[in-house]
Amino acid sequence: MQYLLLIYVAEKAWATMSDDERNALYKDYRAFTSQIQDSGHWVGGNPLQPTHTATTVRVRDGKASTTDGPFAETREQLGGYYLVEAKDLDEATRLAARIPGARMGSIEVRPVMKVGP
Amino acid sequence: MATNLRNIVRIASVDRAAGIATVFRRERARVLATTIRATHGDFELAEEAVQDAFAAALARWPTEGTPDEPRGWLVAVARHKAIDAIRRRVKLRELVADEPALELAAPDEPVAVADDRLRLIYTCCHPALAIESQIALTLRTLGGLTTEEIARAFLTSPAAMAQRLVRAKSKIRDARIPYEVPEAAELPERTDAAMAVVYLIFNEGYAATSGDAWVRRDLCQEAIRLGRLVAELTVVPEAHGLVALMLLHDSRRDARTDGHGDVVLLEDQDRTRWDRAQIDEALALVPVALRGGAGRYGVQAAIAALHASAPRAADTDWPQIAALFDELLRHQPSPIVALNRAVAIAMARGPEAGLALLDELAGALADYHLWHAARADLLRRLGRQRDAEAAYRAALARVGSAPERRFLERRLAQLAQLIG
Repeated sequence: MQYLLLIYVAEKAWATMSDDERNALYKDYRAFTSQIQDSGHWVGGNPLQPTHTATTVRVRDGKASTTDGPFAETREQLGGYYLVEAKDLDEATRLAARIPGARMGSIEVRPVMKVGP
Repeated sequence: MATNLRNIVRIASVDRAAGIATVFRRERARVLATTIRATHGDFELAEEAVQDAFAAALARWPTEGTPDEPRGWLVAVARHKAIDAIRRRVKLRELVADEPALELAAPDEPVAVADDRLRLIYTCCHPALAIESQIALTLRTLGGLTTEEIARAFLTSPAAMAQRLVRAKSKIRDARIPYEVPEAAELPERTDAAMAVVYLIFNEGYAATSGDAWVRRDLCQEAIRLGRLVAELTVVPEAHGLVALMLLHDSRRDARTDGHGDVVLLEDQDRTRWDRAQIDEALALVPVALRGGAGRYGVQAAIAALHASAPRAADTDWPQIAALFDELLRHQPSPIVALNRAVAIAMARGPEAGLALLDELAGALADYHLWHAARADLLRRLGRQRDAEAAYRAALARVGSAPERRFLERRLAQLAQLIG
């Protein structure tokens, strides 16, 4: 079963880090990614550009409107994700707990819905 | 004559139905727990299958006789019904493809049934479910309360409770919460979570936070039953502490309220009305619980045991209780524990010492009616009537249940007489 692990971290915390801190975090992320690639859990994943680059699109009454910014302003912002293969929710939450971002922010674990062919 | 015979036959069949109902009550949780494993953790499907199996039993047992292994019979039939239902469900075809070819035992043959209730406990009390859902699901599946009964116990509508249960069951299925006993590394924490659910159920029964009835006996009974189950299946010493603690609290049920349903304080209770058999059972469990190193329930049970062992309120070993509260505060550093410790110290060393400790908790507990009530009591003992009156009023402004409200009002009226 696939789970999407959504990494929510305050962008401010990221911006106020020293270069050394940021590099250490990058290193942790690279290590985690290669670990779950080796263990066969990794399906995909990417960091995201900060929310100031986000655009929200809605279509109402057939008319598309585009607004600046993320869908919702929150204390922590979606900063990246992993798509993983795990046997059940417990395995998925154990993977989530190992994401470096879990130490400073929160990881939302969402089962991926299977859609027929 | 013919009428008599018909009556006899009718009575006999009523008796048999009652006998079958007893079997259902006794076996439901175990049959359900095993069937859930057969449905790969689909609670909804398993519940329907168990229902169908019970209906089949009701139709067949009166004429064919009760099987030698009623539980095995029920599990076999429920499994069969569940697998039939899975086969019928087009969208679940894949699941059936994984299912090994079924060698179903004929329902009349005895089947050895493993006890799957431990999986059921851990799945119902899984931290990925909201605590209210954990409680409701535990009562529904392991406790066998109906949705209506659970709704009544928690003062919500049956429709809202049914909705809560459905959501919890679909989260288990769709997020794939495993139907397993957790790994060793996670076991202590998960067992704590299961015990916490049981104790929350007990507390809701023991001191209902709202409503007219202060004590809901059925919930207390159910919690004790569930606690025994956790103790029996997990073999965790602390679970015996939990059972002992609940038995000791519950042993005072008849003395805790008077004829009008009003609160009677521990010191004023008629101790001959305490349930001695239950106390004796609990006192035997306390050392078992403490053998594993005293945990929070074991220590609380030891405190309750000291109360239960005092022939009169005046004989209570308060210094020992205060020492146990020190220990409890180390396990559970919460303001509520600190409040109880302050009260014990007031009893051991005098109201002044207790009041000083209570006042340190003002920041954390200013909105808690029992903090104000405890202060009021100590102020009253110190002869500070006006301050006591103000504290009782503050407690009244924050109290939820009607019997507790009446108790505080009585105390206030007594004070008013004193002040004149």
